[in-house]
Parts: sequence; C-alpha cells; structure tokens
Amino acid sequence: MYSVNYHRAASVADAAKLLKSGDAKLLSGGMTLIPAMKTRLAAPSDLVDVSRLKELQGVKVSGKTVTIGAATTHYDVSADANLKKACPALAHMASLIGDPAVRYKGTIGGSIANNDPAADYPAALLALGATIITNKREIAADKFFKGLFETALKEGEIITAVSFTAPAKAAYQKFRNPASRYAIVGVFVTKGKDGVRAAVTGAGEDGVFRSKEVETALSKNFDASALDGLKVPAKGLMSDIHASADYRASLIAVMAKRAVAAANA
Amino acid sequence: MSDVSLTVNGKRVSGSAEDRTLLVHFLREHLGLTGTHVGCDTSQCGACVVHVDGRAVKSCTMLAVQASGSTIVTIEGLADGAELHPVQAAFKEHHGLQCGFCTPGMIMTATDMIARHPEGLDEATVRAELEGNICRCTGYHNIVKAILAASQAMAKGSKGKAKQAA
Repeated sequence: MYSVNYHRAASVADAAKLLKSGDAKLLSGGMTLIPAMKTRLAAPSDLVDVSRLKELQGVKVSGKTVTIGAATTHYDVSADANLKKACPALAHMASLIGDPAVRYKGTIGGSIANNDPAADYPAALLALGATIITNKREIAADKFFKGLFETALKEGEIITAVSFTAPAKAAYQKFRNPASRYAIVGVFVTKGKDGVRAAVTGAGEDGVFRSKEVETALSKNFDASALDGLKVPAKGLMSDIHASADYRASLIAVMAKRAVAAANA
Repeated sequence: MSDVSLTVNGKRVSGSAEDRTLLVHFLREHLGLTGTHVGCDTSQCGACVVHVDGRAVKSCTMLAVQASGSTIVTIEGLADGAELHPVQAAFKEHHGLQCGFCTPGMIMTATDMIARHPEGLDEATVRAELEGNICRCTGYHNIVKAILAASQAMAKGSKGKAKQAA
C-alpha cells in the first residue's frame, strides 16, 4: 500500500471539507477500498473515515417507509428486527454478502457508491425504486447507477442515506461465484403499488439493470409460472471466465423465477 | 504517522504508526501479539480475525488508525490464565487443528458465532458461518465438531459464570 493520510471526520460537513484535500477518498467499511489500496489499484492521498458518524448509522422504519443510514453495516441491516418485518427481502439480501467478518464492516453507502457490477445492493435499490440521499440532493435509483463502478455522484458528494417504500412483495436470489461469493447473476424482484420491478446484478456489461422481459411477464401474472420459457437476450451481458453471456441470460430467467417463488411464499 | 490508542486484551496500549499500517501488523509487530496470523492477506482466509468492539473482523483489512479508540480482543486474550476458553478447550478435545495456522482466526470467529446464536448452533449454520475462514489442511470436520461442542458447553455453563467471548 502506498503512503496515505488518514482523517476521521467529525461530521458529514467536516467530511465534505476534508474531501477537498489532495486526491482524497471516503472510507467507510473499507472492504473494497483497503484491498484495492493493498494491491495498488487505488492510491488515494487521503482517506476520510465516515464509518463512525452517528448521523449515518441505523435503520429506521416508519410505517412503510424505510430509511437506512449510509454507514450502516451489512450485518446491522441483516439483523434489524423492524426491517425484517417491513422488508425481509432486503435483510435477507444483506445476509448473503461476503462472509460474517465482511458483513460486520461493509456498509450500504460504500457498496452503492462503488457500484461494483456484481454487488448485491445496487440490484436491491433499483428494484425497490429507492432514493439515494446525499449531502446535496436526492437521486432516484433509476438515475443513480450509471455503469461499471460509475454513479451519478459528483465530486465531493457524500451519500448519507437511502430510503424506499417497502413493497408488498419482494425477494432476492443469487447464483454465487463459489470462490468470491459475488453474484454471477442476482435478481431482485418487487411488487409494489407502482407495479413490478426486476433488477439484475452480476450480468450486465454496464452493471446493474432492470430486465424488461422479466418485468413484462410478471406484470401480467406475478407468479413463477409466468416466466416459463422466458427468453432473456444475451446481448449486453458479460462473458468472462466464470460464465458466458448465454449462460448468464439463462440464469437471469432461473434466478427471477426462484425470486418470484420466494416473494410469493 | 498517527497515534494509535487501543485497549487490547484488557490493557490500554498506544503507539505511533504510519497511517497505512494494517491492524494485524500493528498487533504483531508493534505489540508482539503474534497469535494473530497473516494468511492470504486478501481478506479471504480469516487467519487474521480479531474482535474489534465485540465484532469478529479481518485485521488485515483494517488500518490500525481506523481502530484507534476501540477495544480489541485477540487469541491471546481468550484464556483465563492457564484455563483455556471453552472454545479453545473444545478445539483441543476434538482435534480441531492440524497445522494450527488458521486456528486463531477460527477460534475468534467461533466465539463471535456462538455469542450471536444464543439459541444454539447446528452443523449447517456453523458451516455457513465459517464462510470467511479457510483451513488449508481441510480439517473442517473437526473444527465444526469443536464449535458445536463449545456452543453446547457454553450454553450449559453460561447463565452465570462461564466467561462470554468478548
């Protein structure tokens, strides 16, 4: 790891100020950033640690509205009793990330700011039609995830929370890479008052996306049988050593089916 | 350089370290606590697991300065004098170690796992929870056995005196 200057922010406003120094990066759980620094894929001059900020912590559930602070760990999301009642699918999804030690450190804000094309949270937030709240504005999930490791965040902008309305039905299913545990394909489906949304992670060349084919089929009938024989086009899907685009296309239909079955269970 | 102040195994310690110093290196090289191991150095194997503020995390993926102000428990902090912690005793009893390299991390993960499952553990849960700990001798069978036995022993002994894993 190259030399770096560490700062512990006293508040979000303080973090915004500290971010202006050199080539500074925000540090939350550090589960991606620190390994990237160790391999010198990332070499920020300064780290601004926001992980201990109280204002970024915790899950709040008020009626159907769920708000999760950006520095809330995957473990805390997975174990939150109120969230398990309001939106069990999201708590379940958080329990599938990495391993227990990683879930104790990694945070929701860090995951979506990084927007890894195989991360779980982007699919969840896109399918939930969530709003990403920053220190400057609110951004709809549909406009937030831009491409591989790319988001709508501007220089110096800090995610403070995410918020969504809990849907009537939701579930997430992923086909994991057996070594890294990242999704080769993950599908998050929701059925809320604005209809059906299905978001896919792990598969798209441009990162997370909504599957029109899955959404159209499920809008008519929110049942696993509605996806029988569904053909998802392989165009725009990744091919790598783990899976071909055709295989990923096939997995999208399979994971979507399992997700719907779980949402209806 | 930054000042790093920690409470490690019940003792307050402080020192100065480069900001890029990993917690595992601070523990091993600055404090001489070499029970915590560096295995893969890529946050996969879990040989470096320690408890930071009561949570089992990988100390190779955390800066020492990030942990400053925290309470740390390492493998050296589990036994009560000459008396092994119930998880250590169970690993010994059930031959839960072969070369022993992964053992400190396995035990720190196990104590956290047992504390998080007061309702008790079953084999499937233990195996799933060991996702982040790799034994290169592939001695999982006895590791799982040891954790199940420790979980039962601690449930019996708890409700009072058995020292809870920190």
